[in-house]
Amino acid sequence: MLSRESSATLMSAITAFLYREARLQDEHQYEAWEKLWTDDGVYWVPANGADIDPERQMSIIYDNRSRIALRVRQLMTGKHFTQTPQSNLRRLISNIELMDEQPDDGDIAVASNSLIFESSLRDDTLWAARNEYRLRHVDGELRMAAKKVILVNNDKAIYTLSFLV
Amino acid sequence: MNMMTGVPPWERLIRPDRVHGSLYTDPGIFEAELKNIWYRTWVYVGHESEVPNANDYVVKSIGPQSVIMTRDEQGKVNLLLNRCSHRGNQVCSFERGNARSFTCPFHSWTFANDGRLVGYAFPDGYEGQDKAQLALGRVTRVESYRGFVFGSFAADGPTLKEHLGGAAETIDRLVRTSPEGEVEITAGFLKHRVKANWKFILENECDGYHPAFVHTSIFGVADSMIGKLYGGASSALTRDYGNGHTEIDLRPEFRKRAAPMSWFGTSEERLPDYTARMKTTYGDTAAREIMIDGTPHVMIFPNLFIAEIQMFVIQPLGVDDSVQHVTALQFKGAPDLNRRLRQQTMGSVGPAGFLLADDSEMYERCHRGVQARNPEWIFLGRGEKRQRQDELGFTVGHVTDEVPSRGIWTHYRKLMEPV
Repeated sequence: MLSRESSATLMSAITAFLYREARLQDEHQYEAWEKLWTDDGVYWVPANGADIDPERQMSIIYDNRSRIALRVRQLMTGKHFTQTPQSNLRRLISNIELMDEQPDDGDIAVASNSLIFESSLRDDTLWAARNEYRLRHVDGELRMAAKKVILVNNDKAIYTLSFLV
Repeated sequence: MNMMTGVPPWERLIRPDRVHGSLYTDPGIFEAELKNIWYRTWVYVGHESEVPNANDYVVKSIGPQSVIMTRDEQGKVNLLLNRCSHRGNQVCSFERGNARSFTCPFHSWTFANDGRLVGYAFPDGYEGQDKAQLALGRVTRVESYRGFVFGSFAADGPTLKEHLGGAAETIDRLVRTSPEGEVEITAGFLKHRVKANWKFILENECDGYHPAFVHTSIFGVADSMIGKLYGGASSALTRDYGNGHTEIDLRPEFRKRAAPMSWFGTSEERLPDYTARMKTTYGDTAAREIMIDGTPHVMIFPNLFIAEIQMFVIQPLGVDDSVQHVTALQFKGAPDLNRRLRQQTMGSVGPAGFLLADDSEMYERCHRGVQARNPEWIFLGRGEKRQRQDELGFTVGHVTDEVPSRGIWTHYRKLMEPV
C-alpha cells in the first residue's frame, strides 16, 4: 500500500499525464502522442460492449505497438483524407481514479471518463467514453502500456472515428 | 418528377454513361427505392452460422425495418418482422440470444420463434378471435445460398438462384476457401454510419479507379501489395454479372504471381495447417489453384459486399443516412487463417479502419457535393469504348473502368421503372 502522501503524489503525476495525453490528441501531435507508449503498448477500442474477447471478436481498434505506429504514420502523410483537414477537437477528462485492484507486475491501473467534442467536415459529433489504462514508469516517466477506450455507444452504428481517441 | 403521375422519368435521369445527381439526394426517390428495391427484390439478411442452434436468434434488417432471424425448434430459419401484431411495439430488444418465444412487453402478447401467436394476456377479451390471423409479420420469401440467407417481400418474382445468376459462382468460389466448404460469420459486426446515400457505397465497392488515390496514405506507409492491383498496368478486370451484381476480378494478377496465399499477403509456409487441410480436401492441384486465385471481390446487389477477407452489409436508413455492417469472413476448419483474417479486417475497416475511414469520407463528401446542381450529372463513361464480353458473355473492362457502375444503374432503372 502506498502512503497517503505518495498516493497523492502519484495521483498528481497521473493526472498531469492524462491531461497531457488529452492535449496531444486534441492538437494532433501524433509523434509526441506515440512517444507516450511503451514498446509493448496495446491500444484497444472494443465494439459491442466492454468485455468482448478481442482475439475472437471485432473491435473498432485493436492495435499492437507496430499498428499504433502505422496509424500514426498514416496520419502523418497528410493524405489520410478523413483527417485532411483535421477535426477540431476538445476533450474533457474527469473521474480519474486509481483502481482498487492493481496488477502485481508493477503497472498502475487507472481509469477516467472523457467527453470529446469533434467538429469535422461532416458535422459536430459528441463522443463519450470510459478509459482504462495501464501505466508504467519507464526511465522515470509515465508511459501507456495499455489504453482501452470504451465508447458508451459502441454497440450502435457510429460515424468515422479517425482522430486519436 | 412527373407532376401527373408522381413518377420521375427514369430514362431522363439514368443514361448509358451518366446519372442525375438527384438520384442520391431526393427523398421521394429514396421512398421509391424502398418500395421497388428493398421491399421487393432479394436482399441479404444474415448467415445461417449466426443462428447455429435451435432457438437461436439474431436481429437483422431490411432497410429501416428490423428483422429477427430465428432458427426454430425444427431447425428452420425464419425471417420475422420485429413488430407486435397488436400495437406495433418491437417484440425483441436484444441483438442476439436464444429464445423459444418473444413476449411483447406492452400487453404481453407472446409469439413462438416461428412467428405464431401463442398467447395474449386476459384472453377472454378476444373471444372467437383466430390467433393464426395475428402472427408476426414475416419476410414473404426466404431462401439461402451456401449459408447466405436472403429475403424478398415480393410473393412472386425470380428465385434467389435466378437473381444471383452468374454471381452465384463467386459465392461458390468463396466457400471453397474453407477446407470444409463453409463460411462462418462468428466475429461480430462493426457498424459504421455515414451521412451519405447508400448508392455511393454500393458503387464504390467495385470501383477500381479510386484505391490508388483514396488509399494512397495507407499504401504508402504499409508496404501494401494492394496498390499495384489497381494500377494502369494491372490485368485485373471489372465485371458486370447483370441483375446489378458486379465484381473486381483480381485473379489475372494473382495467377501471374502464381504463389498460393499471395492474394492475402502471406504464404503456404506461414499457414501450414491450413495448407495441409486444403490439400486433403481438394487434392494438391485444386487446392493450389484455389489458394492462388483467392476469394472474390463481389458486390451482390443491393447490399452484400464480399471484399476478399471481409463481408459488408449495406443498410439504408434514410436518403442521407446509411450503415455499413462489416465483419471478418471466417472459414470453417481454418483457425490459423481466421485469426489473420480478423486482425487484417480490424485494421482495415470499420469507423477507425485504415481503408474505410477514407472511403467513408468520400461518400460523405460526394453526398454534399451533389447538392450543387451544375453539372447536374455524375459521369460514368470511363472505359465505355473498351469494354468487351468475356467467354461467358458478361461485360468486362479494365480494373479502373466504370463497368460496375453502369451495370448497377442499368439494373436499377429496370427495377424503378413502372412495369
